[in-house]
Amino acid sequence: MKLTLRVWRQQNADADGAMSTYEVDGISADMSFLEMLDTLNEELILKGEDPVAFDHDCREGICGACSLVINGDAHGPERTTSCQLHMRSFKDGDTIDVEPWRASAFPVVKDLVVDRSAFDRIIQAGGYVTAPTGAAPEAHATPVPKPDADFAFEHAECIGCGACVAACPNGAAMLFTSAKVNHLNVLPQGAPERETRVLDMVAQMDEEGFGGCTLTGECATACPKGIPLVSITGMNKEWLRATRKAGKR
Amino acid sequence: MTRTMWDSSVGKKTVMAVSGLIMLAYLVVHMLGNLKIFFGSDEFNSYAHWLRTLGEPFLHYEWALWIIRVVLVAAVVAHAISAYQLSRRDIRARPTKYVHKKPRASYATRTMRWGGIILGLFIVWHILDLTTGTVHPDGFQAGHPYQNVIDTFSTWYGNVIYIAAVLALGLHIRHGFWSAAHTLGVGSRRRDRAFKAIANVLALVLTVGFISVPVGVMTGVVS
Ligand code: HEM
Ligand code: SF4
Ligand code: FES
Repeated sequence: MKLTLRVWRQQNADADGAMSTYEVDGISADMSFLEMLDTLNEELILKGEDPVAFDHDCREGICGACSLVINGDAHGPERTTSCQLHMRSFKDGDTIDVEPWRASAFPVVKDLVVDRSAFDRIIQAGGYVTAPTGAAPEAHATPVPKPDADFAFEHAECIGCGACVAACPNGAAMLFTSAKVNHLNVLPQGAPERETRVLDMVAQMDEEGFGGCTLTGECATACPKGIPLVSITGMNKEWLRATRKAGKR
Repeated sequence: MTRTMWDSSVGKKTVMAVSGLIMLAYLVVHMLGNLKIFFGSDEFNSYAHWLRTLGEPFLHYEWALWIIRVVLVAAVVAHAISAYQLSRRDIRARPTKYVHKKPRASYATRTMRWGGIILGLFIVWHILDLTTGTVHPDGFQAGHPYQNVIDTFSTWYGNVIYIAAVLALGLHIRHGFWSAAHTLGVGSRRRDRAFKAIANVLALVLTVGFISVPVGVMTGVVS
């Protein structure tokens, strides 16, 4: 395949950026999107130009590092991560626009790389359970009803990629935060921090400058792990419950 | 507790949902009351008078009406301020737009904001027109709402402003009611279709109910 790429190039956080156009040839339909970018970068390096910077790590859809807005869609046209997107989703002769996640809480570091440490701070605010360290606890000591375990598991699938923020017209981190809150709040292990977790994580989310939810649903459409929009509903419920309880105390 | 409510984006959204639902409940009653216009001048005017004597003798004349007015003004103000503040936060959170535009992404959000502004302006005009009579097309008569309504809908602009606002209201409620269910944490995957259906029915019933009045005047059914 022969493709025209329009890629966001930005030297550093303070520089102005712009879309630059590149032609790539000899792209196989079996390549991943990142392998296609690798091909471009090899050519750029041979020409003595600066390669396109983009985030990636596992390349198997589990780490959440890859973060590309492809033709206006976070992670591109398929419901998967950019690294698991294959070039068979495109046609020979296509022009493809590649941009970084856009949110004031995710500043661009270089080209397509953004700083997502805002997510780390949301996790630090409450995305953990208090557990003694040491030997693994006896699994049968804390029974978890099957529906709760399934619910927790569904939300534990979130890989923290940030596509929800990138897709949301308000740059909101509600889907990410709700995935974490729901995952831990339903489990007995998460019960001691059930109220502080949701209050602190939502407060940190606001603090980082993410937008709010207007129930557009773009986040859930973009999420490569299928975290549903009703996760946000669940977090709202937990937040209201915790606020009521805090008011009584 | 109020501090955390107002300080948090989730709390402010809750304020918006609750105030929106208060206004929605009022509008359902308001729309049903308006339909009395189809039973003629006497019935409509005495209904309007009854609104003022509502709650007597426990309440004084017009007190019930004033209580409703105070609650509604509080709801409108709380709703509008939280809408404004949350919208500003949302816009600030996405300072750089994508070069590759997708057309429909923020359709609901944008119509809610524009629709809300239209509704806010309409509420002001509507009160100045039919409650205080300040901008009423000549000859506002307090205590004769039937004639006042006919006067308003005998002007082209009265019909245009009113119908445009009611259409905006229908769209606002269609997204807003369903949205409020999720904001308040009562929505769920199982109940989602039901909430969407209720939102659509509410929007449709209110739109048709409110618009029937100017259409009635225009077609001469109400005269
Ligand atoms: C003063 C004029 C108004 C403004 C500026 C306004 C603005 C807004 C905005 C921006 C939203 C959020 C939309 C979103 O989440 O995407 C909203 C939601 C809502 N509005 Fe209004 N609106 C106004 C009047 C009304 C009226 C008259 C009603 C009564 C029917 C109403 C009912 C609602 C409801 C139920 C919601 C849903 C709250 C939620 O999302 O949780 N609004 N409004
Ligand atoms: S909720 Fe989905 S889109 Fe958002 S960070 Fe988690 S995996 Fe990524
Ligand atoms: S590189 Fe790890 S999820 Fe894409």
